[in-house]
Amino acid sequence: MGSNYEVTDYTLGQEQLERIESVLSDDLIKSGVHSALLIDMAGNIIAKCDNGNCQHDLYSLAALASANFAAVDTMAKIVGEEEFSLLFHKGENENIHFSKVNIEFLLITIFGKEVSLGLLRLKVAEAVEKINSVW
Amino acid sequence: MGSNYDDVSFTDYTLGQEELEKIEHVLEENLIKSGVHSVLLIDMAGNIIAQRDNGSCDHDLYSLAALASANFAAVDTMAKIVGEEEFSLLFHKGENQNIHFSKVNVEFLLITIFGKKVSLGLLRLKVAEAVEKIGNVWNQ
Amino acid sequence: MAFVNMKSKEVQAKVVYYGPGRGGKTTNLEYIYSKFRERIKSDMVSIKTHGDRTLFFDFLPFDIGKIMGYDVKIQLYTVPGQVKYDATRRLVLKGVDGMVFVADSQVEQRKKNVLSLKNLQENLAMYKKSIFKVPLVLQYNKRDLEKEGVSLLPLETLEKDLNSQLKVPSFPGSAVTGENVVPTMKKIISLTMTSLQNVLK
Repeated sequence: MGSNYEVTDYTLGQEQLERIESVLSDDLIKSGVHSALLIDMAGNIIAKCDNGNCQHDLYSLAALASANFAAVDTMAKIVGEEEFSLLFHKGENENIHFSKVNIEFLLITIFGKEVSLGLLRLKVAEAVEKINSVW
Repeated sequence: MGSNYDDVSFTDYTLGQEELEKIEHVLEENLIKSGVHSVLLIDMAGNIIAQRDNGSCDHDLYSLAALASANFAAVDTMAKIVGEEEFSLLFHKGENQNIHFSKVNVEFLLITIFGKKVSLGLLRLKVAEAVEKIGNVWNQ
Repeated sequence: MAFVNMKSKEVQAKVVYYGPGRGGKTTNLEYIYSKFRERIKSDMVSIKTHGDRTLFFDFLPFDIGKIMGYDVKIQLYTVPGQVKYDATRRLVLKGVDGMVFVADSQVEQRKKNVLSLKNLQENLAMYKKSIFKVPLVLQYNKRDLEKEGVSLLPLETLEKDLNSQLKVPSFPGSAVTGENVVPTMKKIISLTMTSLQNVLK
């Protein structure tokens, strides 16, 4: 209780972070995704990449996304489900997609009309696999 | 706020017994009779306004209402952050149970829990009807 | 925004525990949960990180019995205290009927208490509410640490820092040992119900 220092359960070196960033860039941003964020379950941003025209408040977004993910997970348990399958929100111009990388991390992608949900899910699945192999 | 008590933060809406009965009737007729397991009308603070189920649900509904309003508010805030007015659909799909959210108005959410017997298409139709009828309870 | 169900004669009111990170908000609710286990039908819901820090909120619905013919259900919530969670913290405040501000008595937390109280005022203002009008109780937590040789702020200092303008009821307490946890809760419930009573008549 005396300490205000929060220690994360994982360690990521410089090299691993660079590999993750290149996955976000090559698999997602180059496929037309506006912004891709790898966050931990406490809402910290681990890695991010965007197309250069995104000015969203990504720190608030990450905090809300992790809280929301946990809330949805808790609801699933209350109705007797292990977890709910897909977390995806559709807007007029921007959509948000959430994907669980592993017990520690979430991948958030923000994308527009240029990318179909089908393609996005394919690209996200590939990215998740590559990110997992970084460990 | 329409309240005379300046130290009281009270609901923006009032619902009498008759109105609540009408709402419960809508929940029963439109949703439970269509095969929905459980339906909740909640406000944005997470209070349960009205509730109906098929008699074989024993979920912790107060916790569910608190989580559902928080889920909705978090998603709404995320929409604003990326420059959207709101996101269209909030729906969670599980193996056996699904949860569907529908905004009734600025104050209320309709939460339906349903299984495989009801298709998402039918559910959305039934929910839309129910939302309209619930809206009418105020407008009368 | 409490909800009064005229049909089932039930009142639901929302009480939020606010304060700086690691101040003892969750521990307050955990103590209440353990103390009143037989009266609380559901499990306490805690949305927290792997590091055991509150991520969204804790939730504990508490039946306090009948008041003026109504079954009163108090919904206790905590907010995440860490500064970075302001957006989520604000969401939890929506529709709040009563608040407990849990201050950390440790000397080095003095500034954090003041900032957190100011943050509460700002976040209430977003809902067009005034910290001077919503029922509020202060708790000066961690008084038990004095015995362990930890230097604590004197109660007078805490009063001066946090309560000189608000002038609301305050309790020295210890969420870990349970000291004054229940009196704090009873006080905020009573203030909240008083403010609602005009409407229940």
